[in-house]
Amino acid sequence: MSLQKKCKFQVNDLNLFYGNFQALKNINMDIHENEITAFIGPSGCGKSTFLKTINRMNDLIDGVIIEGTIKMDGVDIYSDIDVIKLRKKVGMVFQQPNPFPMSIYDNVAYGPRVHGIKKKAQLDEIVEESLKRAAVWDEVKDRLKKNALSVSGGQQQRVCIARALAVEPDVILMDEPTSALDPISTMKIEDLALELKNKYTIIIVTHNMQQASRISDRTAFFLTGDMIEYGETEQIFNNPKEKKTEDYITGRFG
Amino acid sequence: MPARLAYSVELKQIRNDVIKMGSYIEESVEKVMTALKNTNSKLAEEIMKEDDRIDELEREIERQCITIIAKQQPVATDLRKITSVMRMIADIERIADHCSDISEYIIELAKEKEIVTPLNVFDMIVAMKEMVLATIESYIEEDVEKAKWVIDQDDVVDDYFHQIKDELCIAMKHNPSQIKQYVDFLMIIKYVERMADHSTNIAGWIIFIATGKL
Repeated sequence: MSLQKKCKFQVNDLNLFYGNFQALKNINMDIHENEITAFIGPSGCGKSTFLKTINRMNDLIDGVIIEGTIKMDGVDIYSDIDVIKLRKKVGMVFQQPNPFPMSIYDNVAYGPRVHGIKKKAQLDEIVEESLKRAAVWDEVKDRLKKNALSVSGGQQQRVCIARALAVEPDVILMDEPTSALDPISTMKIEDLALELKNKYTIIIVTHNMQQASRISDRTAFFLTGDMIEYGETEQIFNNPKEKKTEDYITGRFG
Repeated sequence: MPARLAYSVELKQIRNDVIKMGSYIEESVEKVMTALKNTNSKLAEEIMKEDDRIDELEREIERQCITIIAKQQPVATDLRKITSVMRMIADIERIADHCSDISEYIIELAKEKEIVTPLNVFDMIVAMKEMVLATIESYIEEDVEKAKWVIDQDDVVDDYFHQIKDELCIAMKHNPSQIKQYVDFLMIIKYVERMADHSTNIAGWIIFIATGKL
């Protein structure tokens, strides 16, 4: 039963401060390859902050101090890898679908172009393949030249996922990817995440606990900067070890 | 205001109804004992009639459980409580059925001119009754140790069953003219043995609620 997948990330003694405020306290965890790992917890618990440390999005914020290490495939992402290379490997999908104000085609081709691919035939192939992987190709294939902002929210979100996939990442970070979507679009994104985990490592922050229990292999529960409990999702939702986890997932607080 | 007030009220209602169902079978088991002791067919008929209220309560609790799952999506201990209750009430209802079944044989026995009650029948019923009581208490008190005691106690009732059955076989051989009432008693002790089994099942669910271990 226990899943023995390769470890993609090793997080050791991670502390993060916004000035004097400590947002993450001594986080230690292994994140496994080809799995979906969910981060849950009430607002302000540090889960999104933690997600952003994984592709170094917090670097841009003034006054942030990060201690400890995060290793991806054994490589320290804060000292031994260029941040651009890191973000190519670690893509991100946000809460609000955020396509660029350009055509669907150009959205998906944007990353590959930045990374130096110029041939039309090759770009066509990447765009088609990425949109197919993001399960949105059939819906947009006849309007690739249309502005990406003109399609529905659920389609925009999948175009954003396609855009992330186009640069061939290993990891996809999803920060509440469905909280702005209707239930049917949500289910499509969830099915997509389950499909994508065969090829990628997925880390998802979600306020929707049913979503975490439906799609993730492992769940980490955060509270006021501490990681309270981390384990296989089935165990966390059936029989959590910590009372704080139980109180949160049963809706007793939070 | 506590979080999820309506949900807490619904969970409490389910719990209260399970306890009520428990108190009904407690009464029925007690009455079965009295009816058998006095071969009181009137009391036996009363027990059979009262079975309906237990069936109704079972359906009502089942309805509440399905509704709370649909509306509130319970998880962790809450989900274990609800799924366990759905299994437990089926066992409680079976215990009540067996009270009715035994009552039918009490009515049969009441037609006999003379009744020779096998040794230990009442000791066996007392042992079963203690199990049923302890099961209900362990649910109310969420007492895992008491539930474990119930499970151990099942062997005692099983031993009584085999012992009394052997006695009845011997009695049938020696006194074939009374074979009908011996068969009636054989059926009664089988039901008593099954009631103890159902108590054991319920005790298992109580342990599952507390520990998550099946």
